[in-house]
Amino acid sequence: MKVKQISVFLENRKGRLAGITRLLGDAGVNIRALSLADTSDFGILRLIVNDAESALALLKKAEYTVSLTDVVAIEVPDSPGGLADVLDAFQNAGMNVEYLYAFVEKAGDKAVVVFRFEDVEKALLVLSDIGVNALTAEQVYSL
Amino acid sequence: MIFNEKFECMDRGQLRALQGERLRDAACRAYENVPLYKKLFAEKGVTPDDIQSIDDITKLPFTVKDDFRDAYPFNMFAVPQREIVRVHASSGTTGKPTVVGYTRRDIALWAETCARTLGCGGGTPEDVVQIAYGYGLFTGGLGMHNGGEALGAMVIPMSGGNSKKQLMLMQDFGTTLLCCTPSYSLLLAEVAEEEGIDFKQLKLKTGFFGAEPWTEAMRLQIEERLNLKALDIYGLSEVIGPGVASECLEQHGLHVFEDHFYPEIINPETGEPAAPGEKGELVFTCLTKEAIPLIRYRTRDITSLEEAVCACGRTSRRMARVTGRTDDMLIIRGVNVFPSQIESVLMKVEGTEPHYLIVVDKSGAMDELEIKVEVSPEIFSDEVRQLEDLKKRINVEMASVLGLHAKITLVEPKSIERSMGKAKRVIDARDMA
Repeated sequence: MKVKQISVFLENRKGRLAGITRLLGDAGVNIRALSLADTSDFGILRLIVNDAESALALLKKAEYTVSLTDVVAIEVPDSPGGLADVLDAFQNAGMNVEYLYAFVEKAGDKAVVVFRFEDVEKALLVLSDIGVNALTAEQVYSL
Repeated sequence: MIFNEKFECMDRGQLRALQGERLRDAACRAYENVPLYKKLFAEKGVTPDDIQSIDDITKLPFTVKDDFRDAYPFNMFAVPQREIVRVHASSGTTGKPTVVGYTRRDIALWAETCARTLGCGGGTPEDVVQIAYGYGLFTGGLGMHNGGEALGAMVIPMSGGNSKKQLMLMQDFGTTLLCCTPSYSLLLAEVAEEEGIDFKQLKLKTGFFGAEPWTEAMRLQIEERLNLKALDIYGLSEVIGPGVASECLEQHGLHVFEDHFYPEIINPETGEPAAPGEKGELVFTCLTKEAIPLIRYRTRDITSLEEAVCACGRTSRRMARVTGRTDDMLIIRGVNVFPSQIESVLMKVEGTEPHYLIVVDKSGAMDELEIKVEVSPEIFSDEVRQLEDLKKRINVEMASVLGLHAKITLVEPKSIERSMGKAKRVIDARDMA
């Protein structure tokens, strides 16, 4: 129930993000979700795509610095307090969220939140304790 | 193997007597045949008759790079042009190149000292030597080439560049000794990794790396990635080219072939001899060369000399790795900074490849030092915090070693230009203002 996320190191320079998305687009890789963490001189682009392995190979070949990270994606009810319940559970379990980002499903009744934890296995246990199912890779890739 | 045991292991007393005789002869030849020396000797109030032993060398005048420029092209030669069989020239990034000439005997001497260099790294006639220094006016390629032949090894005159072919020949010809610049060896490692070539499957034993400054940390990386013993070699065209000094397999300083090239260390400010073991500017006198009997040439390289006899049995003095040049020293906010210091800090902070660029600029009246560091896959993290930590670690380490604050910028891999020859590591934008 882990999802593969691709992370790319980017300099804060004009056209870097456009270059990557064009490269992936031309190769028929579809981006399902993305987030960009930025600082004053560099950024880290995080991507979930329909075909992580080939996107990774493609980016490596183009000499980007990339890594593959396991993340957890869950559906939370698209209603007030939906995310807070989940975060409370992690806090009670003493788990630190390294970062997260969210997007809304096309159908529109649920939001998908992507979490990065130091300990993915433990996070999955916490989720199953509160009866929340993490999405499978296939589910996320085909959103 | 020790290529010339008689001279490389000579008793030090005997060696000094020989150096004294040879110095007197060199001083005579320079004084009688080169107008520049007649003038410089006169200014110092000295004649070749004042040279009774090697200790008298301090009575003689210094020569500098500009003397070669003023003598362009052939006025440093002490023999008629018909006795010159070869010329080389250093790249003239500023103005005219520095031209050096060789008689037939000089070429033989050069081949011998380059053969001694290969011998220092365990070379024998059984070896296969791949020369990846450039051939041409640059002394690196042809110098080590002649040395390989004098040793009796099999020489592959590959010259620089064309990395895939370099690797192919290493595999197919069974190269055991590699001669190139240290930065080019790392480029070869990169290309080999891309091509899926494992250095453990190759027969390389020793690499002879010179022609640019490098560090101990870079040595560790080269030895690990290329699976060979990496030796530091030293030379400069004004003295002869490569084959002036070389590390042996002990890797404790570079044996100076001082029966031919006499080294001194001086205080670069005063010109006075440095105390034994003290750091200072390296000065060379060519005791036996015919075409250019170079007297007390100031190399601008900073090093020190070790007199203790080496475990390998050679009695020659050993120079420490060159840690900087009197002229590539950057003065930033009044602090002396050598690029080699910056490189060793980067190597120390675990995992950082030595691909960096130093940019010095002015912000108002203040000098600003920026160090651009490539983020390799090994040190990349998808968490901002980790990368910020890395920057902080480099920053703290830099400040403690350099004594001043540097801005660290992380850049994408391969965004800093790779070199086939000498690495461009410094941009001093203050000059352009």
